[in-house]
Amino acid sequence: MGSIHLVIPEKEEPPALHERAMDNLKYIRETMERATAFTGISGWGQVAIGFTAIASASISAQQKTFKAWLAVWMAEAVIALLIAGWSIDRKARAAKMPLLSGPGRKVAFSLSPPIFAGAIVTVVLYRAGLTNAIPGLWLLLYGTGVLTGGMFSVSVVPIMGLCFMALGAATFFVPAEYANWLMAAGFGGLHIVFGVIIARRYGG
Amino acid sequence: MARQSALKDSTQKKSATNLRDVGDAKAKHLAPSLDRLIHERMRLGIVSALAANESLTFNDLKSLMNTTDGNLSVHARKLEDGGYIACTKSFEGRLPKTEYKLTVAGRRALESYLSHMETLIHQMRNS
Repeated sequence: MGSIHLVIPEKEEPPALHERAMDNLKYIRETMERATAFTGISGWGQVAIGFTAIASASISAQQKTFKAWLAVWMAEAVIALLIAGWSIDRKARAAKMPLLSGPGRKVAFSLSPPIFAGAIVTVVLYRAGLTNAIPGLWLLLYGTGVLTGGMFSVSVVPIMGLCFMALGAATFFVPAEYANWLMAAGFGGLHIVFGVIIARRYGG
Repeated sequence: MARQSALKDSTQKKSATNLRDVGDAKAKHLAPSLDRLIHERMRLGIVSALAANESLTFNDLKSLMNTTDGNLSVHARKLEDGGYIACTKSFEGRLPKTEYKLTVAGRRALESYLSHMETLIHQMRNS
């Protein structure tokens, strides 16, 4: 008959005070980063992007060739990127949070993959002569990026992403001559409408 | 042999605990002055989130802190009673909207809590 040994588990020692202090500081920093990312998208920045997009749509409508049309929208993409970066940085600074700590990183990570995919597919469609599909593709993929990035943000941001996706899907099925104006409605109109909502509700 | 090794382990553990005790004893005199109102995790989270934003609604905070309505209400009320946050209730259309802002006293309390934590860490590193 074997003997029975009573096994008493060793008590885990409570963490030392300085470990708890470090843990608390980490928690404060992470919560502030999460909260900044939550409302980090600048509403007024979106409004500014909306107005430049409407201006670009009216300039691109006057272009005779597809190449010229594409060049106008490419320039608009660069301008929009600069405005978005500047406005998010400004809002992050106002909250005393570094740009790359939370909001900037999340927006960059969520928007970059669909924009990269959009650039590649644009080249493929251009080479294949399927240029009519490009406006719908841009709206659809931009909406995808906003929707996924918006999951970390206030609820109005993913709704904006969904609207872009719906508009992008519709653009595939309308005659090509309306595509430029649907781009104006999306990159212009949706940015202005949702930008005002974000600015009013979430401080700038 | 096994007994010797067990004895060695036990001695090492004891000396580690002693060292920790000495350090903790140095730091413990700071502990009584800790602000208990924001030392609690949920309340510390609410104050930190509000420090990074001009204001947040009840639903924003609930989603950020990943908590329930009841839990958030209880902790927010305690902070409000302590004068650390201010609450305004309004209507957006027909829907009630509760908004929270960090007060000057709340920001000061968070700053002092942060410096308290830093002092603790600094003291332990120097000991």
